[in-house]
Amino acid sequence: MSLRIGLDVGGTNTDAVVLDHEDRLVAKAKRPTTPDVTVGLLAALDAVLGAVEPAAVTRIMLGTTHATNAILERRGLGRVAVIRLGAPATTSVPPLSDWPDDLRATVSAGEAVLPGGHFVDGYPISALDLGAVRRFLDGRDAGAVAVTGVFSPASAEQEQAVAELVTREYGLPVSLSHELGSLGLLERENATVLNAALYGVAERVTGALTSALESRGLSALPYLAQNDGTLMTLEQARRLPVSTIGSGPANSLRGAAFLSGAQDAIVADVGGTSTDLGVLVGGFPRESTAATEIGGVLTNFRMPDILAIALGGGSIVGPGPSVGPESVGYRIAELALAFGGGVPTLTDAGILAGRAQELGGAWKAGEFELLLSEALKISDAMVEDAVDRMTLGRTGRPLVAVGGGAFLLPASIPGVSDVLRPRHAEVANAVGAAIALASGRVDTILPAGQNRAERIEAAKTEAAARAVQAGADPGGVEIVDLYEIPLSYLSEPAVRLHVKAAGPLKPNR
Amino acid sequence: MELNESDIPALARGCAVLGTGGGGDVRVGALAATRAIREHGPVRVVRIQDLADDELIVPLSGIGAPTVSHEMPHGEAEAHRIVEEVEKIFGRRPAAIMSSEIGGSNGVAPVAWAAQLGLPLLDADAMGRAFPEVQMVSMYVKGLPADLVIMADVVGNVTTIRPVDGLWSERIARAVCVAAGSSALMADYVLTAARARGAVIEGTIGRALRIGRHQVLEALQEELGAIRLITGKLTDIERRTEGGFVRGSATIEGTGADRGRGLLLELQNENLVAIEDGEVRAMVPDLIAVVDTETAAAIQTEALRYGQRVTVLAWACDPIWRTARGLEVAGPRAFGYDLEYRPVGAGA
Repeated sequence: MSLRIGLDVGGTNTDAVVLDHEDRLVAKAKRPTTPDVTVGLLAALDAVLGAVEPAAVTRIMLGTTHATNAILERRGLGRVAVIRLGAPATTSVPPLSDWPDDLRATVSAGEAVLPGGHFVDGYPISALDLGAVRRFLDGRDAGAVAVTGVFSPASAEQEQAVAELVTREYGLPVSLSHELGSLGLLERENATVLNAALYGVAERVTGALTSALESRGLSALPYLAQNDGTLMTLEQARRLPVSTIGSGPANSLRGAAFLSGAQDAIVADVGGTSTDLGVLVGGFPRESTAATEIGGVLTNFRMPDILAIALGGGSIVGPGPSVGPESVGYRIAELALAFGGGVPTLTDAGILAGRAQELGGAWKAGEFELLLSEALKISDAMVEDAVDRMTLGRTGRPLVAVGGGAFLLPASIPGVSDVLRPRHAEVANAVGAAIALASGRVDTILPAGQNRAERIEAAKTEAAARAVQAGADPGGVEIVDLYEIPLSYLSEPAVRLHVKAAGPLKPNR
Repeated sequence: MELNESDIPALARGCAVLGTGGGGDVRVGALAATRAIREHGPVRVVRIQDLADDELIVPLSGIGAPTVSHEMPHGEAEAHRIVEEVEKIFGRRPAAIMSSEIGGSNGVAPVAWAAQLGLPLLDADAMGRAFPEVQMVSMYVKGLPADLVIMADVVGNVTTIRPVDGLWSERIARAVCVAAGSSALMADYVLTAARARGAVIEGTIGRALRIGRHQVLEALQEELGAIRLITGKLTDIERRTEGGFVRGSATIEGTGADRGRGLLLELQNENLVAIEDGEVRAMVPDLIAVVDTETAAAIQTEALRYGQRVTVLAWACDPIWRTARGLEVAGPRAFGYDLEYRPVGAGA
């Protein structure tokens, strides 16, 4: 019997679950996340390993905040030589123009806008000048190189040519923008540079995971979770570490889908301080259309569309009444009224209203009774409003409630058909990692006229090939997402095409 | 007046409001302006009365597809190429450049071009807002001959067009733009200061700056002299691409004091017509902006999304657009709406 372990390193807790070959949860554990995240990770891993036969574990999937933390704390980041191909175009806004000074000082080993790049119709802006690349890199103190070509999502050859040169002549790792983001030069370039800066972090995480497996005598194949709720091999994670950012919310959404059986649903992850709402479409997280900011840097990196509201189990109820945004946080067990403290919280309001069967007991709200019941009405209205924003007006789908504060949600919410409260919802993130698929994507521009069908087929084949590269079983890969967006102000009609393929992992035994 | 690095965020916000949903994203233009000021120093803003009658003003704008400018921002040479060409034709260096379109990216990007050129920026533009077509400028309304268009692209090609009128300048400029990869810089109507008087909309740089400094809805409304059409929630957004332009409509349902009311916005890159209960409450060329109720920041038509809490403001366009010729060029019929223009706030 083969087992899979899902691990999720979150801001507060590190969770671990073990699923059997029929996807039944056979063990789970929650441990505090430690400053050196590997310590907490091992503690959670050991806790579940005690309950199962380690030799039966065939795969281990890790969702982690290592990369996010490295960027937020400007810690452990590598120095990157930043190359943009597109001169003389684009020079009015050089690379890293919108970066915070401290992050730029930490990461940048110099920036250059060199000849190269393409127009929207594929015509070259200027010829690639490999000599200029050499002159820029010679003697430069960089640990990696980031290359971003204008319109490279539609014409990738120049980025690849620079990568070959850098690998052959300088032996440095190279991050290529067409592998990372979609159109929008500055945002894609930012993601590409962050990716290159994270190579060291990726080495350490994948190394730590590998050595953790060895030290526990596990021969399981390891994977890392990425921002869209799918997996990558460690080899791919070392190449595209920035893709691990945002894996937490994605895993939570995928886990909620799996635990509840709902493929199209709203998911509310209720924590101590805030509630994250997301949307499942066909079992995958709906992605945000807006640019995503990471550590003060805008990227067009595709992230789950998450709406966070300041509402959680620890939210403090004030006179008025008001709810949050202040929270007692992890001190809820000593400060909340129901647990003998003196601070009225949303948890107290939930208990008073009978929403938490297992909590509370003989506690009496006394003078706070009216305030708390009013506070719960405010909280319900906030949830209703947030749910409405996320449904985009489409009613009739269920809401899956996960997270430690899920009991706070009312039994019925306008705009959703049902409120589902699956078992094991408190470890939904780790479950989401354990059940994840492998995926690949393509994002490019096509002329709307001739060869359109042919080029869409080519993009589908490329996306499937990328999924296989990420570890998917070639026989099980499907196109899970395909959309075209018409572009404005172009006299030749053109569309932006997005294709995503995903499939279960290749069997390894 | 002088524009410094610290003025750019407010200018960009104000230009976004005056873009009435279109005119392109102000972010890249603001980054370019910031860089150019850091590199070349602050930009002096001048008025027409500061210039001698025969001094030259070059109205500049970016022309092209928003998706393209997002992927391929301008270089640093285009403005130089255009000014060199102006010098060849007129035999003297221009005294100032001007924004052709204060609304959206073309309102803030000229700060970068002025800094690169070391020329002052005229406190004026040719629209007082954003419009989608080249001939929709005050100089065309005033009947100035549209006999010169100079375009420069990212690789350095310069195209000089001698069109027979403004409509031909739009047609040919658009074709050149496509050949140049759907992005170019353009000078349309090179003006002497004498000619510019009464033919441009003055004071719009200062106005955009003042508008952009407001982050509270009521204050913004007062600054604009706008009427509030509705405060509510965006409940429907529909978009389609026709003839290269994004068209569509947005529905806003009233909340709070406006509960029970609804507003339909007709969009064509810009917000063009606002309808309530079958009654037109505001229409182009008057300005209609959708702003975030909480932050008073303008929302572009492309960024409109279900569930946003918004307020729709409408205010009067420059008087030049309310003349018979102005309405012919950029009134409701110029955008395909069979409507008799009625000024915003004029009552039923």
